[in-house]
Amino acid sequence: MIRSISSFGRYPSFQQTNKIYKKTLSPFLRLQLTNYSSLYDHTAEPVKNLNVGVAHSSFLLNSIAKIRNDSELSQLGLAQAPTKKMNMCQAINDALTIALNKDNKAIVFGEDVAFGGVFRCTVNLSQTFGEERVFNTPLTEQGIVGFGIGVAAQGHTAIAEIQFADYIFPAFDQIVNEAAKIRYRSGGEYDVAGLTIRSPCSAVGHGALYHSQSPEAYFSHTPGLKVVVPRSPIQAKGLLLASIADRNPVIFLEPKTLYRSSVEQVPEADFSLPLSKAQILKPGTDITIVGYGSQIYTLENAITMVERDMPGISCELIDLRTILPWDVETVVNSVNKTGRLVISHEAPITSGFGAEIASEISNRCFTKLESPINRICGFDTPFPLIFERFYLPDLARCYEGIIKTLKY
Amino acid sequence: MMDQSFSNKNSHGKGRQMPIHYGSKKLNMATISSPLATQIPQAVGNAYALKREANGNCAICYFGEGAASEGDFHAALNMAATLKCPVIFYCRNNGYAISTPSAEQYKGDGIASRGEGYGIKTIRVDGNDIWAVYAATKKAKKFAVENNQPVLIEAMTYRVSHHSTSDDSSAYRPSKEVEDWTKRDNPILRLRKYMENQKIWSMEEEAEALKSIKTRVLEAFAAAEKMKKPTISTMFSDVYDNSPPHLQAQFEEVQALISKYPDYYKVNDFSSDL
Ligand SMILES: Cc1ncc(C[n+]2csc(CCOP(=O)(O)OP(=O)(O)O)c2C)c(N)n1
Ligand SMILES: [Mg+2]
Repeated sequence: MIRSISSFGRYPSFQQTNKIYKKTLSPFLRLQLTNYSSLYDHTAEPVKNLNVGVAHSSFLLNSIAKIRNDSELSQLGLAQAPTKKMNMCQAINDALTIALNKDNKAIVFGEDVAFGGVFRCTVNLSQTFGEERVFNTPLTEQGIVGFGIGVAAQGHTAIAEIQFADYIFPAFDQIVNEAAKIRYRSGGEYDVAGLTIRSPCSAVGHGALYHSQSPEAYFSHTPGLKVVVPRSPIQAKGLLLASIADRNPVIFLEPKTLYRSSVEQVPEADFSLPLSKAQILKPGTDITIVGYGSQIYTLENAITMVERDMPGISCELIDLRTILPWDVETVVNSVNKTGRLVISHEAPITSGFGAEIASEISNRCFTKLESPINRICGFDTPFPLIFERFYLPDLARCYEGIIKTLKY
Repeated sequence: MMDQSFSNKNSHGKGRQMPIHYGSKKLNMATISSPLATQIPQAVGNAYALKREANGNCAICYFGEGAASEGDFHAALNMAATLKCPVIFYCRNNGYAISTPSAEQYKGDGIASRGEGYGIKTIRVDGNDIWAVYAATKKAKKFAVENNQPVLIEAMTYRVSHHSTSDDSSAYRPSKEVEDWTKRDNPILRLRKYMENQKIWSMEEEAEALKSIKTRVLEAFAAAEKMKKPTISTMFSDVYDNSPPHLQAQFEEVQALISKYPDYYKVNDFSSDL
């Protein structure tokens, strides 16, 4: 039996929305989209002869040549270094191995971590470094984070895993009221400099309410925390090592859909990528597009389509990488140049991190803006299983949203 | 159950949750939430309300020995004891929480020993003996309702399956262990032996039942799979009692997109909103 839905009747019909449709969607341009398939899926269908999805991303440094030519890696002296092909899961494992090797005070723990973790990111670590350093905890997130705080307050390096970001909330009190505030409340006598909390986040195609959330904005509202979201294996390794080394508690959110779907030639060395530093993935002159994590790949495809359908237009794509404290300067410089800004994330739009970016940029770039700042985000509902394709800021929505902002 | 697993338009959860997250108001079964242990203190609140209704009813909450490590479990037991709530805490101790064996989950005498600490009457029962489980639950209910007090049951069993379809338990436990339990001590096997001894069941009836049940399951499977998904507006309903303007606007945005890209969004899989 289908329950009747009281608010149902008030939704306009398709015919009625035709008017709105004309107003909000680009009337002339039309993506050649056939069957929806997740962009993280290797079987994603090509869109008008263009291969979409993570596996085909031009941002993945999946060949030695790309590594040699990468400007950030060159700056870090890593462009000539030996590399190994890794997916994001292996790159995280590699970073943890390096952290455990160089710092005897480092420990790795969480639910099911000893056998390798449910996503296999900690595989073999317990065998290599022993059960005292890599171990299972009982099933209690508040316990895990509280314990990590104690370890870190003692001057050790605590690398905790929360099995899914959706299950981080029992630890919310420990994170928000404790980890984030210890330095401040103790007048700098105590800190949890060595605390890093890793957790898989975001959509995966079948995760529904409690295996899909992107909770970065809850933590971005907490002074004292750092929040990082990597987009690829190299990024995950460099940013995780930076997070572990950073002298503040860091929430490190790993888009789980990238664990296997993203593959790069990862420098084997111990290296860090800078926190609070955004990266311009693609320079452009007409519009700035800001995203992070797996959303980068949807944006990449949308940009390709837009540039193809609107010849002469070039879009600048920025991966924020660190959500808190975020790199205002890079975004400001870009928007001052382009005059237009689109922000996109999977988390619900209302009070999502995009709101913070929009507010700061409208403040800093007000006179340079040529159109309203457009946020293309998840809708304000819980993450719905069967409606995921409508919920997410997907290729079609990003394409339409970018065009709308360009044509304003 | 099939409808829920296929997220079709007949599913109570309206296609929003992952498979096996059942719930039914008609059957007084609270809809399952994935976060572990969150519903244990909720059951205590249900029980308190039931006590005030004074209809001789109580609440029962099922959970694993792993979930019993969560703070919510401890909060729930203490609340139930101090507020004198007729609630049964039913812990299935199956030896594992995904890969974590119970030896790494707790060091005390199982979950049962915790009941005493909170001043809660506790029963430990052979979870593979269906009649023992039945008797224990019945007794617990009688006690809970007559005395307005909680009861903790710990049912000892063994998880013979993998944790889920995405788990391969051979990565963390010997398959011999699983085989032994499957053959030696398994609730289905034991019930069958009991019924055969009582001469109320036979190998032939077993074979026949297996065949016919399998057919019925496959039929339900096929029917549920074929059924359309709920209407797309279902994504936006039940967030609140009534849909606020911003959700209506977001639904309009979705409608506009799918009327432009109907093939892409495979809207034919969904029931019509018209
Ligand atoms: C708060 C929370 N943390 C982690 C998980 C992930 N998770 C799902 S089931 C499970 C193990 C549960 O073990 P147990 O309570 O013993 O129940 P069993 O599956 O053995 O019946 C874990 C860790 C979750 N669902 N919720
Ligand atoms: Mg268990």
